[in-house]
Amino acid sequence: MSSEAAPAAADAPDLHNPPPSLAALFVAFAKMSLSGFGGVLVFARRAIVEEHRWMTADEFNETFALCHFLPGPNIVNLSLVFGSRFRGIAGGLAAFAGLVGPPMLLVTALAAIYSHFGQVEALRRVLAGVSCAAVGLLVSAVFRMMWPLLKKRDVLGLLVMLTVFVAIGLLRLPLPAVLLIAVPVSLAATYAKLRWAK
Amino acid sequence: MSEDGNPLFQLFWTFALISLFAVGGANAAIPEMHRIAVDVRHWMTDKQFADAFAISQMSPGPNVLIVTLIGYAVAGVTGAVVATIAMCGPTAALAYFVSRWLANVRQARWPAILQAALVPLSIGLMAASALVLAQTSDRTWVAVLITLAAALVASLTRFNPLWLLLAGGCLGFAGLL
Repeated sequence: MSSEAAPAAADAPDLHNPPPSLAALFVAFAKMSLSGFGGVLVFARRAIVEEHRWMTADEFNETFALCHFLPGPNIVNLSLVFGSRFRGIAGGLAAFAGLVGPPMLLVTALAAIYSHFGQVEALRRVLAGVSCAAVGLLVSAVFRMMWPLLKKRDVLGLLVMLTVFVAIGLLRLPLPAVLLIAVPVSLAATYAKLRWAK
Repeated sequence: MSEDGNPLFQLFWTFALISLFAVGGANAAIPEMHRIAVDVRHWMTDKQFADAFAISQMSPGPNVLIVTLIGYAVAGVTGAVVATIAMCGPTAALAYFVSRWLANVRQARWPAILQAALVPLSIGLMAASALVLAQTSDRTWVAVLITLAAALVASLTRFNPLWLLLAGGCLGFAGLL
């Protein structure tokens, strides 16, 4: 696959290979999904931009940015948007099914195993250990995302972050209510701040 | 929501609604999933929720798959599929329509202001997720130490996260928790 991709892409300024078939979309997304431990994004970028050259890096970033700021699981949003660019709705569904289907079957099998053996003492202990480590990974992800805000001394951003954390994490308020207030307030405050800075 | 008795309808509406508020991805919605699955609907216990998160993190694929496990706990294989589709389908469709609409207004770059306003919000949500999960998982001091150690190693090194999960599993198996 990749051996024919390299020379074909070299001459055109637009690096696209011929549009992928439905089967190719399904297989490519299934592959990146099943190799994606701890996040699929890295694998998606590698497969779409480097391996298959279906998009340039800039196009990929732009598409992902869109999917990132819309609600819902980002990479799943990306699969439907991406597939439909090439093959319409059918292409979107093929990519979506490839991304979500195989790991969903795998996790369903794990869920069945868990419901039978979840009470086994050894498995309980292993899962307890895994979940402690998994929480640690999440904490690290939060710090990595927070770091740019701290470095920029973005007081407004940190304040928004802290308020949402307190409302959801400590007060355990319902998410829709919190966001219906927080999103407009954060947008208005950010807009006002940018206007003021000019 | 007159079909309140049917667990599949409940699953579908619950996750379709949650997904629309999952700003920054599935992990941002974990506190809301926990609130509804454990506190409001009593679909699962605290411990089962923590286990579901652990299993979903060990599995490949998008990190939305914790909803597959919650769905299975409520209504078996059908529940797993319904919950997953509900969590993924509506927002993917929304993304599709927005991207088509944006393609028509090509020069309108995705405004930086939206990013500046929403990123802190989603970090706050993720931090709340970490807290909620820590409260369910870290019930002993050793457990807290393992979480902190994993957070440190993951922040300071480029180890594949899977190794850290495996290490946590080994420590758990050894009976430290």
